[in-house]
Amino acid sequence: MNNDLALTESTFYILLSLYRPCHGYGIMQQTEELSGGRIRLAAGTLYGALTNMCDKGWIIQLPADGSRKKEYQLTSRGLTVLKNEVERLRELVKNGDMILEGK
Amino acid sequence: MADRITMRKWFWVWDFEKEEAWLNEMSLNGWALESVGFCTYNFVRCEPGEYTIRIEMRKYDQAYVDFVESTGAEFIDRMLLWIYFRKKTEKGPFDLFSDIDSRIGYLDRIGKFLMIVGGANLIIGLVNTGGRINLICATVLMYALGRIHGKKEALTKERQLRE
Repeated sequence: MNNDLALTESTFYILLSLYRPCHGYGIMQQTEELSGGRIRLAAGTLYGALTNMCDKGWIIQLPADGSRKKEYQLTSRGLTVLKNEVERLRELVKNGDMILEGK
Repeated sequence: MADRITMRKWFWVWDFEKEEAWLNEMSLNGWALESVGFCTYNFVRCEPGEYTIRIEMRKYDQAYVDFVESTGAEFIDRMLLWIYFRKKTEKGPFDLFSDIDSRIGYLDRIGKFLMIVGGANLIIGLVNTGGRINLICATVLMYALGRIHGKKEALTKERQLRE
């Protein structure tokens, strides 16, 4: 798959939340907080995304410590994907500002 | 007044949103879904609007149910391939899908299931001389597939412009 493709908002915030180890509900809370309440990840959507990202090697599931809540964390590959996306978004904002604000 | 009621109701596969809306209406009227049977719904008294109900067609998977429960929802019951969840309204909004991609993926999963069951009925119906029932089933399932596909098309169109 083309590596230049944009991430979805959900993907972006999930990866960002996993900069530090976090469980599913924590990802939902962080995403809601970071986006000022704009993005509420639903459980089914999040579960599917986490499964996909594990398959792609962007995140890993940390060994369970006996509790029922599983924690996940970003891998170095996931970190690269995230950094590239921030770079891409910076370009969008730069061009938007240039044309619309005359900056 | 009775504390429990049982209602019998039939929903076609493509009407899963109507089924969910009806269950939420029951909750608003003070009846919380307690268990589900074939075309049978058992309710117990609750505070009006105490729960939000969500249903999903999915092969039962304990890891998934545990995950959904870890986000503050509760598993109610399952019937055939349908899973029923609820969450206390006071704990905040409850949805299973929050973006267009995952909704499309969900409709795909339903479509795949209909195709397998519909295809199997079609083959059995064509091979067996007494397979008229199977042919009728296949027709209904193919119609369902068309309805699901229509819902998916609308989302796909939207997805070309927005997430």
